[in-house]
Amino acid sequence: MSLLGELAREFTASLGSAAVVTERAALRTYECDGLTAYRCIPGLVVLPTTAEQVGYVVRRCAESSVPFVARGAGTGLSGGALPVETGVLIVLSRLTAVRAVSIDDERVVVEPGVVNLDVTRAVAAEGYFYAPDPSSQQVCTIGGNVAENSGGAHCLKYGFTAHHVTGLEVVLPDGSVSRFGGLAPDPVGYDVVGALVGSEGTLGIVTEVTVRVVRAPERVETVLAGFRSMDDAGSAVSAIVAAGVLPAAVEMMDTLSIEAAEAAVACGYPPGAEAVLIVELDGPADEVGAELDEVRSFCEQAGAFEIRVASDAEDRVAIWRGRKSAFAAMGRISRDYIVQDGVVPRTSLPQVLRSIAAVSAESGIRVANVFHAGDGNLHPLVLFDSSRGETEAAEAVSERILELCIEHGGSITGEHGVGNDKKKHMGRMFSAVDLDVMQLVRCAFDPASLCNPGKVFPTPRLCGERPGRRTGVHPVEAAGLGEVF
Amino acid sequence: MSVVCPASVDELASVLRESGSAPVRVAGGGSKPGWGGIAAPADHVVSTLGLNRIVEHAEGDLVVTVEAGARMADLQQTLAAAGQWLALDPPDAGATVGGVVACAASGPRRLRFGTPRDLLIGVTVVLPDGTVARSGGKVVKNVAGYDLGKLFCGAYGTLGVVAQCTFRLHPRPRAVRSVSVGVDDPGPLVRELRWSPFRPSAIEYDGERLSVVVEAFEAAADAQAEQVAALTGGSVSAGVPSGFGMRPWGPDDVGLKATFRVGALSEAVALARPFRMSAHAASGVLWLGGACDPATLAELRAGFAAYDGTVTVVTAPDSAKRELDVWGPVRGVELMRRLRDQFDPDRRMNRGVLDVI
Repeated sequence: MSLLGELAREFTASLGSAAVVTERAALRTYECDGLTAYRCIPGLVVLPTTAEQVGYVVRRCAESSVPFVARGAGTGLSGGALPVETGVLIVLSRLTAVRAVSIDDERVVVEPGVVNLDVTRAVAAEGYFYAPDPSSQQVCTIGGNVAENSGGAHCLKYGFTAHHVTGLEVVLPDGSVSRFGGLAPDPVGYDVVGALVGSEGTLGIVTEVTVRVVRAPERVETVLAGFRSMDDAGSAVSAIVAAGVLPAAVEMMDTLSIEAAEAAVACGYPPGAEAVLIVELDGPADEVGAELDEVRSFCEQAGAFEIRVASDAEDRVAIWRGRKSAFAAMGRISRDYIVQDGVVPRTSLPQVLRSIAAVSAESGIRVANVFHAGDGNLHPLVLFDSSRGETEAAEAVSERILELCIEHGGSITGEHGVGNDKKKHMGRMFSAVDLDVMQLVRCAFDPASLCNPGKVFPTPRLCGERPGRRTGVHPVEAAGLGEVF
Repeated sequence: MSVVCPASVDELASVLRESGSAPVRVAGGGSKPGWGGIAAPADHVVSTLGLNRIVEHAEGDLVVTVEAGARMADLQQTLAAAGQWLALDPPDAGATVGGVVACAASGPRRLRFGTPRDLLIGVTVVLPDGTVARSGGKVVKNVAGYDLGKLFCGAYGTLGVVAQCTFRLHPRPRAVRSVSVGVDDPGPLVRELRWSPFRPSAIEYDGERLSVVVEAFEAAADAQAEQVAALTGGSVSAGVPSGFGMRPWGPDDVGLKATFRVGALSEAVALARPFRMSAHAASGVLWLGGACDPATLAELRAGFAAYDGTVTVVTAPDSAKRELDVWGPVRGVELMRRLRDQFDPDRRMNRGVLDVI
C-alpha cells in the first residue's frame, strides 16, 4: 500500500471515516482555493475536529515525510491553500468553537475554523467588534486570516490581523504543540506571534487564536462622494490626509467598477461619476462631527458634484454594498477577470492609475479599479474573455501592473498574500539574500520543508546553508528604482 | 575591547563580517543601560550612533525611513515640522530608533498606537555574519514575505543588528488635554473609561493618580476632557501631567515590567503595591521600581501568572541581577532557541542579555 494509503487507513481508524476523504471525486472539491487558476487534487484530505487531532495528523505526516497543507474556508486569492498532490490537505473548517469570550479583557479565544464575522457576532451585544474585515468576512475563517495577515477596508485606522492577534496555539511542523502569547500583552522573548501571522501557513498550523476586540465607536458617518475624474477624487484624499484626519476607511472606485456594481446590486452611486469616494469616519461623537464637516468641505473643494452622507445604518450598508460586491460584480460586465492586489505609496496613486490606463489602452484589455485609497492598496480588475483568446494578454496586463507597483516602491501584495500565484515576483521585490534570510525563519520552524511547501518563495532552499554567499546589488537598486529601505 | 562606530550599513556589515565569531555587543544611545541580563564581556562593541540619517520622509505617505542610530528626539523634531510624529513615546531620554525597536520599548500612548512592532513597516538588518537583508517595505499595507521586523522588535540585538527602519507615521494631535484624579484602586474607573465612547491616547496610573490623556481637534479634545472629568470626578489641564509615563526607578533600584490581562487591573495594582509603579492601566502593563529579592520576584511571578501575565527584570544593579532570574519562564522558548540558532549560530551577539533563549 502507498504511503498515503497507509496514512488514510490509519487516520480513518483513529479519526473516523467521516474525517477522511479518499474518493477522487470528493478530493476534487478541494483542488483549489479562491484563486481557481491553480488546481491540484490533494493526495488525501483530513477534516479533524480537535486541536489534538490536528497535532496527531501533522505528527504522522512529519514522521512519514509527507507534505501537508492547511486550509480554512478556501477563500484565499493567491493559491495559498493549493494542495500538494502527494500530500495531505488538513481542512480546519470543523474547528469552530469559540472557546472564551472575555469582554473585560477585550479578548476572544477561538478555534481556526471560526468565521471572521462570527467573532464580531460573539461580542456585538456587548458593544464590541473584531476590527479586521476582509470583504469575504461572512465566510472566511480566522485561521486563514492569521495565515494571510488579512486586512479589509477598515484597516487604515484599525490595522491588520497582526495588530489584533495576541496569542496563538500552534501545531509546529514536527507535530509538537506550542503556545505563544495569550491574553496579556508583550509576551517575553521573540515576537513569534508576529512572525506567524502572515506566514501563509508555511510555519505551522494554528489551532487556537486569541484576538483583541475593540469597543464599537460612538458615532459612525459614511460619506459617498461623486467626482468627474479620478484625479479630483485623489486630491480630496490628499487634503483629508494632509489635514491630519484619519478615517476608518477611504475607498475609491472608477467608472468601470461603478458600472459593474450598479449592474450587480443597484447601489445607487451618483450617475455620471468617473470616480466615487467612500469615506467612513468613526469615534467619539464630537470628533466625528468635526471631521465630517472637514471631509465634506475637502470633497467640495476637490470638485465633488454630489456628496451623500448615510442617513442610517441601512443606508450605510447600501453604500458599502456597491464596494463590497465590486469583485463579484465584474461577472456582469466581463466573462473572465483577474483580481490583482498591489500597493503603491499613496501619493503615487494618480501617476500609477494613469499608467494603468495607458497599459489598458495599449493592450485593449479593460481594467476596472477598486482600491483602498487611504493606504495605496490597489485592486485592479483585469477584464478579459478567455473564449476569445485574451487570457495571455490579460495576464500580461496584470503582471505589468505589479511591475508598476514595484517601480513606485510598493508591494506585490497588500492583503491577498503571495501564495502560489506571486512567488515568481518575490525576486523582483527582494534580493536573493533577503529571501535566504527569510528562509532562516522557515528552517527554525520547518527544517524538513513539509508545511505548505512550494508557497511564498520562488526557490526552495535547504536548511543549513548560510545566506549571504551571493553578492551583488539589490534588484530594486540595480534598476535605479530606489535605495535601501 | 574595541568600540567601532560604522557610518554606513555596508561598514556595519564589514565590521561584523570581518570579526568572525568573536562576541559583539551592540550599543545605541545608552538610554536603557543594563536592560535585560548582564551583558557578557565582548571583544567588539558596535555603536550605531554613526548611522543617524533620516533617509526619507515621505510626508504625503506618512512614512519615514531612518537609520537605527538616529535619536528619537531628533527624529520627532524633524517630523514635527510636517505636523507628524512617530507614535512611540517611551520616556527613556536619549534613546535611538534602533534601541527602541530592539527593546520593544513602549510608553503611555501605546494604548492608542501600539508598540514598535505595530508601526515598523520595513527593516534592514545586518546578521551576525555580516549579511544585509531587508523585509517589509515602505508601504503600510504589505504582506509579501516573512515580517522580520516583528522578530527583531524586542530581540535585544540577539538576532542581528537593526540598521535601518521604515515606520508608519501619524498626524500630531492638535490639542492635548489630561484629566487627573486621585484613586486607590483604578480598576473600576478604568473599566468605565474603556467602555465609554471616549478614545483616550493614554490612561496612566502612578499608584496614586489616574491620568487620562485625550488628543484630538481643539474643540473635540476640550469636550472629551470635560466629559471624562465628569465621569471620573477629576480635573482637566492642558498638556500631560508632570512625570507622565516616567519609569518608576532610580539607578539603585530593581526595575520590573509586569503584564496582565487588562481586566485584572485592580488585582495587578494590589500585587504591585510594595513597589513604586507606573501603569499603562488600560494596556495591561505595569512598570515597577524598588528593592526586590529572589523570593519576592518569584511571588510576583506567581501572582501575575494568575492573570496570564509575566514579570521580567528590566534593569537592576549587577549585584542584584546576579541573584535574580531576569527573564523568568518563557512561553514557546524552544522554538525561539531554534530561531536564534538559525540567525546567530555562534551566539556572538549581545551574550548574556537574553540568555534565557
